[in-house]
Amino acid sequence: MDVFLQQVVNGISLGGIYALIALGYTMVYGIIELINFAHGDVYALGSFISLAILALLGVQDEVHGAALIGVIVLTLAGSMLACGLVGVLIERLAYRRLRNAPRLAPLITAIGMSFILQNVMQLWKGPSPVPIPQFIPNPTIFHAGAVEIQLKQVLVVVLAVAMMIALQTFVQKTRMGKAMRATAQDRDAAQLMGININTTIAVTFLIGSALAGTAGFVSGVYYGTAVFNAGFAAGLKAFTAAVLGGIGNIAGAMLGGFLIGLIEALTTQFISDQWANVVVFSVLVAVLIFRPSGLLGESLPNKV
Amino acid sequence: MRGVTQRFGGLVAVNALSFTVEKDTIVAMIGPNGAGKSTVFNLTTGIYKPTEGQIFFDGQQISGLATDKITKRGIARTFQNIRLFAFMSAVDNVMTGEHVQMKSSMLDSLLHTPRQRSEEKRVKARAMELLRFCNLERDAENYARNLSYGSQRRLEIARALASDPKLLLLDEPAAGMNPKEKEDLIVLIRAIRDSGVTVFLIEHDMHLVMQISERITVLDHGEMIAEGLPADIRTNPQVIEAYLGAPTI
Amino acid sequence: MGRFKLEGPRAGALVMAACLVIPFIDRNGSHINFLVDAGAFVLLALGLNIVIGFAGLLDLGYAAFFAIGSYAFAMLSSPQFNIHWPIWVMFFVASGIAGIFGILLGAPTLRLRGDYLAIVTLGFGEIVPQTFLNLSQYTNGPNGISSLDQPTFFGYKFGFNPVPYYYLMLVLIVLAILVARNLRDSRLGRAWMAIREDELAAAHMGINTTAAKLSAFALGASFSGLAGVAYASKLGLVSPDQFKFNVSVFILSMLVLGGMGNITGVVVGSLVLSSLDRFILPQLTSFSHDVMHLNIDFTNSRFLIYGIIIVLVMLFRPEGLIPSRQRKAELHAGDTDPSVAAQEQQEYNKAGI
Repeated sequence: MDVFLQQVVNGISLGGIYALIALGYTMVYGIIELINFAHGDVYALGSFISLAILALLGVQDEVHGAALIGVIVLTLAGSMLACGLVGVLIERLAYRRLRNAPRLAPLITAIGMSFILQNVMQLWKGPSPVPIPQFIPNPTIFHAGAVEIQLKQVLVVVLAVAMMIALQTFVQKTRMGKAMRATAQDRDAAQLMGININTTIAVTFLIGSALAGTAGFVSGVYYGTAVFNAGFAAGLKAFTAAVLGGIGNIAGAMLGGFLIGLIEALTTQFISDQWANVVVFSVLVAVLIFRPSGLLGESLPNKV
Repeated sequence: MRGVTQRFGGLVAVNALSFTVEKDTIVAMIGPNGAGKSTVFNLTTGIYKPTEGQIFFDGQQISGLATDKITKRGIARTFQNIRLFAFMSAVDNVMTGEHVQMKSSMLDSLLHTPRQRSEEKRVKARAMELLRFCNLERDAENYARNLSYGSQRRLEIARALASDPKLLLLDEPAAGMNPKEKEDLIVLIRAIRDSGVTVFLIEHDMHLVMQISERITVLDHGEMIAEGLPADIRTNPQVIEAYLGAPTI
Repeated sequence: MGRFKLEGPRAGALVMAACLVIPFIDRNGSHINFLVDAGAFVLLALGLNIVIGFAGLLDLGYAAFFAIGSYAFAMLSSPQFNIHWPIWVMFFVASGIAGIFGILLGAPTLRLRGDYLAIVTLGFGEIVPQTFLNLSQYTNGPNGISSLDQPTFFGYKFGFNPVPYYYLMLVLIVLAILVARNLRDSRLGRAWMAIREDELAAAHMGINTTAAKLSAFALGASFSGLAGVAYASKLGLVSPDQFKFNVSVFILSMLVLGGMGNITGVVVGSLVLSSLDRFILPQLTSFSHDVMHLNIDFTNSRFLIYGIIIVLVMLFRPEGLIPSRQRKAELHAGDTDPSVAAQEQQEYNKAGI
């Protein structure tokens, strides 16, 4: 039982990472109906950028107190900013021109973009996993029997939930958020209302990619490594999470993320880690066949 | 149709609709926008399965069948928003329409057997004939999207006729046409009926409807409010009320 | 506008004659070897072209069928289980098995929208080699299966000389091109095009879209089966890392570069990228090293380069080098107004393309 509960804890932390990535997928799909294949790679980029910032700050071991807060803030902010900008750049360079092209075109371009990102990272830091300094102290905060919850795990979940709340608030309460929702529902009408579509879409990518950057930071901190092809598998799973929760639906992405994290952790423990990917993928196929609108319902542009 | 009801979520698009279209006639379905007319067509061609009720064709139940099976039974249609294969030539569009009439198996297609090749010739010849029937032979090799609007509407009809249907559903065939084109359309529809095809059309142009229909069904808010001869429909008070003022008769 | 008349029978005969004499002119074994490998990829590209180019189904896991074909051969024509079916039988068996898997893996995707279909096929593309890796009692896991049988042709044993494989590949490619062309100009080909354009309208033509899509998957996969047998038999071994996602994308880039939907384009695109991979990139590496004294390893960065090629082509010439007329029109639909397009089309008609 303890093993089960421990895996639940692990799964939720893992799920937090997936949730953050899934948010980006769901937002972009909701607004331009494109699966941004490169999104997973932006996540991987986030861990590399965090690594670079830590190196810049000269961090090698655990840091404490105010300095800790400072390092976290700087690294996180830097990662989010850099990834956000990369996302905007990708949209501007590769996707914008193809917005009205037949659907195959931007999809193929996204694949190409994904390849480019992955290989840039591989050339930058090599094909093997690169270690990231473990600068956050990690005491066990809570334990009952053999079940432990560590600080880092709490950090992941808190960060993910905080981001989602911030995102929901942004989308519901701000003017840009309203513009995003309008564009997602009916692009032409939104344009006629005076909304600048290009800016709105760019902001969507900015936020989605920044969240991926957050996930990259979190993953780096949590796992202690960064590897160039982390984006592929994680991206696939996060996308599954987005679909599971309901594509286009922000709360759905969060729910889906945590669920997929749980599924993966439990499968790894009780079956084997080799089959974990297969199981998650089967979830994707099952959802698409039996309940394509996801658990919380999808939210897509209306096609008249 | 018998007692057909179609619900979408909480919306009742069609409510307990029952009517019959007789063979070898031209029947029109009219009604204000949103009355459920297109839904009737969509139900008939299998896009939706009725929430309640059944649809019969030639004595057999077709409600709930897949669209391609319904086409095989002999029902063809055109669409309100033209759904031609835009990047295929006009003649290719019509040849695709002949799909159900062709017997080539996959093996024949793979190997281009003599049987396949002679069938292709026959199919192409018939496609050209249909294009001629609809006055489109000049545009045969042009992409469908490059045709004029009126020509595109006629091409859709030609393509629908290609499957040799017994019943042809025309969804607002005169939309966007000028008076001359409408006159030609009337001639065309009569010729289609004379060749043994029953025509069931949705149309808003009352002048055209009155000229061409043998019977008219009137829908409003998903229910049939009148059915009968054109002369009777014209003077039916409920119909006039549904349209909120006399249409151009 | 393309003016290539490579599809005319005269040009075809010329190309064929040229191909037949190459091994006599160029005695360099490694060149012939390259051509055989490139040939396998031409087959793969032609197969994928059926799925994506004709039927419009974005299959991102195509390498899976290549794997299935190769492993089928490896398990039925090698010391692995001590079954030694002759290669001529294996061609049929492997393409049949691959075709069946095409149907199995295609079936869940039938009702999916384009993007979702792509992701699911991508997933399958991952699962299949992973499964071959995991089931090590049958497949030797990461080591793969080696010492695969070599073909014999009426008593002549193939051995390590690539030349007979070259002619074998040539025959397969010619067959594949003929089959692909036949399919395109047939009832099934039109059904595929209709489905690609407007699935609802296609159903109204009486087209059984399920059967048509599954046929596309099956036929496309069967080409891979053929390629898998030929490739594995020449290489003499098979292992799971020959079939990663990179390979699927590599084949996709051949279609993108060459011109999706156009048979000639696909062949050309395939040969161009194979040459890039095998010759041009290593040359560039040594060039940059010797002449420019820069240490750029182009070979290692090749996936980066393919990614860039894909993006650039999609942005600036999405119809590819040798476009199918239809595809070019589709992709530039927003550019011109109908009357100009109609005129352009008349000119295409006259050029006989």
